Amino acid sequence: MISALRPIDCDMHPVVPNIRALVPYLPANWAASVDDRGIEGFDSISYPPNAPLSARPDWRPGGKGLPVSLDDYRRHVLDRLDVQWAIGNCLYGAHLAFSEDLGVALASAVNDWMVDTWLDPEPRMRASIVVAPQNPQRAAEEIDRCAPDRRFVQVLLPAMVEAPLGQRRYWPIYEAAQKHGLPVGIHAGSSYRHAVTPVGWPTYFVEDYASQALAFQGQLGSLISEGVFNKFPALTVVLLESGVTWLTPFLWRLTKFWRGTRSEVPWVTKPPIDIAREHIRLSAQPFDAPDDAATVARILEHLPGKDMLLFASDYPHHQFDGDAVLPQGLDQETIRRMAQDNPRATYRRLEEAL
Amino acid sequence: MAFEIVAQVSDIPVGQRKLVEVRGREVVIFNHGGQFFALLNRCPHQGGRLCDGKLTVAVTSSEPGHYDYHADRQVIRCPWHAWEFDIRTGKSWCEPDRVKVRSYRTEVLAGTQLVRGEYTAQTFPVKTENDYILVDA
Amino acid sequence: MSQTVQGTSNSGVVDCDIHPAIKSFEDLRPYMSRHWWDYYTTYGLRSRQAFVKGTPYPKIAPSAMRRDAWPETGLPGSDLDMMRRQHLDAHNIQLGVLNPLNPSGGDLNVDFSAALCSATNDWLVDTWTSRESRLKASIMVPYEDGQASAAEIHKRAANKDFVQVLLLSRTTEPLGKRRYWPIFEAASEHGLPVASHVFGYSGHPATSGGHPSFYLEEGAAHPAGIQASIASLIFEGVFERFPNFRFLVIEAGFAWLPALGWRLDKLWHRMRGEVPHVTRPPSQTIKERIWITTQPMEEAPRPHQVVEVMDQIGWDRLMFASDYPHWDFDDPKFGLPPSLAAEQRDKVRFGNALTLYGRS
Repeated sequence: MISALRPIDCDMHPVVPNIRALVPYLPANWAASVDDRGIEGFDSISYPPNAPLSARPDWRPGGKGLPVSLDDYRRHVLDRLDVQWAIGNCLYGAHLAFSEDLGVALASAVNDWMVDTWLDPEPRMRASIVVAPQNPQRAAEEIDRCAPDRRFVQVLLPAMVEAPLGQRRYWPIYEAAQKHGLPVGIHAGSSYRHAVTPVGWPTYFVEDYASQALAFQGQLGSLISEGVFNKFPALTVVLLESGVTWLTPFLWRLTKFWRGTRSEVPWVTKPPIDIAREHIRLSAQPFDAPDDAATVARILEHLPGKDMLLFASDYPHHQFDGDAVLPQGLDQETIRRMAQDNPRATYRRLEEAL
Repeated sequence: MAFEIVAQVSDIPVGQRKLVEVRGREVVIFNHGGQFFALLNRCPHQGGRLCDGKLTVAVTSSEPGHYDYHADRQVIRCPWHAWEFDIRTGKSWCEPDRVKVRSYRTEVLAGTQLVRGEYTAQTFPVKTENDYILVDA
Repeated sequence: MSQTVQGTSNSGVVDCDIHPAIKSFEDLRPYMSRHWWDYYTTYGLRSRQAFVKGTPYPKIAPSAMRRDAWPETGLPGSDLDMMRRQHLDAHNIQLGVLNPLNPSGGDLNVDFSAALCSATNDWLVDTWTSRESRLKASIMVPYEDGQASAAEIHKRAANKDFVQVLLLSRTTEPLGKRRYWPIFEAASEHGLPVASHVFGYSGHPATSGGHPSFYLEEGAAHPAGIQASIASLIFEGVFERFPNFRFLVIEAGFAWLPALGWRLDKLWHRMRGEVPHVTRPPSQTIKERIWITTQPMEEAPRPHQVVEVMDQIGWDRLMFASDYPHWDFDDPKFGLPPSLAAEQRDKVRFGNALTLYGRS
């Protein structure tokens, strides 16, 4: 049983119940605008609230809506699996706002709400700093503002925003993250500035979610090709809720292409698969594999490194039933690394006495 | 292995290359600033013929966004898949310690030395007034 | 001097991706109306991208071609004799499928696109398949217009030199959308597979997170568009709707296919209510209805791992393709992993393709 290891839950989602919960944390003009203009909220369509994926049925309060309280999470995961620390990644849509001013205000409000609602009441909780990528310089300022609170252990970005995340316009974010010793987590989700697939808008939500794994491929290609890890050698990027099993084939392909095209990106002097092994980590929820131990074992063998996977519940998203939080057939050594060693090595702040 | 005469110096001007055959092996000779380098005409990847590749320059970088163009660091880019190899060493630019194309020692000798010496080729007519490229293959 | 490479079997090789090229647009002129020729010379080619000439991401070699494949005049792939000498004869190619990439299917003006496709199909027969029996061709279609595509398929299908319908992967909508269904209906009616070859201009960024900076990224991203279209074909119910529909992926590599199937299976189980018309696990549909070519072969630090992925895909799905004469060409002899068993090798080199094209 995973609880014996006191696992570290590297991806769970505190839900902002509604925009009113953020009003106390918004600047006066935006707080007033919520009423004056009838702003309905920034819940992202990446997770339609009632879609089966967005919450496990037995975790929905009274079978309906989303579980929004700390007590829900304690009961469903934190206590039940005896989680040592949990990292809250709030997916509320600061990144959706077309006005960067509003985006920045929302991000700050979410972070302050996180401290009051999750971090202060529960010593096992940690969180990611939510930023508005619409303006990377101001995102860096938000990182500087929040980072002194050591319970913030990561910077959070969505998997699809205005431009590929490796591009230099985003480097102020990485500079700030590296300065504070924070990994950057990229989480499934989009600001919908572009179609969610490279071939346009799909019909079904199931396609939208399926295509999230494709977005991570693009972002990994961008981060490596643009030289983010040359410029910020201490930076770790954590791919959150990506599905994992797409990773190895993509890196084989990227590395093969790099051998022919490396003169286009001459700063990339190591095979991309080696760069990924060093700098990339992934939350292992979901883990896109069949319920077949032999196949899972083969997938793990093919992964570039043993220290890349991080345990996560992805609460409240419906990725597993009962307590079957791990893929089939993992050996004890792998489980221990995922639940404890790898998260501790990735999130150094976790080990600090507060 | 032994040195064999493969070409006249005047056959390969600076910046040019020539495909020769040495004991049944295809070898490409490059004239790099007056020095001659010899590589097996076969990419270690899938066997592309390097003599048909693009002779170009290795671009390096001190940091992202900077492109340093060293005109004196020539590479041959395989016509298939564009892997780059340093023409002086045969080492691949991407993974120099793991992937390299076979390289051979070369030597330039005057015809006067060759006519009298041990290198006299059976098949290569040597005149005393010319200089010759030899390959140790 | 070209060396002759023998296959491991007398049956030789079926090459599922050979690119014939026009020497210039003049090659197509005899097959175009006065109107469309004037249109071409006046307005030129326009697709969902910015450039008059060339490609948005500069290639790593001119026209993305092998440097050793240029004939004395024209582009690589434009000279049949050279193709015979350098590729068909040298590699014991018994059957080669021609997939021309001259602009045709994706022009913004779909009427012009239809005219270009029809001209290209005429040219394929006159210049290639009627002169070389080892070569078969794909029916080029103006794929953004389903009805016009179906008409072109009906027009060509009786000619047995055409073995499939071809479109480019970067369609402007996911391929399962209903606008494309007339293509699948017509192809199914004639028993022709529909093949999707990477490239084209969807009008959407090559990665869904925005336009990447480099050709390296664009190249790495090609399978993403194909994967989105496979998900679309499955979840839109195309395979249920057209029981004879068979789909072939060209030049996207293959190692990503198992992971896609696993992901789609999980999501289908979770959200079947959204797609009640999808009656079978997606990975099952992939295994039975989708074929995939090998090039560009993924290369792993431990080569046997690529073979393990081939095994996950299934030995009846993978078909060899060289991509001749493009720069990322896979050599028929050295491109496949040397550790394949003879039976596996034969299936990949020719058996599966002969089955798909009904020529076994």
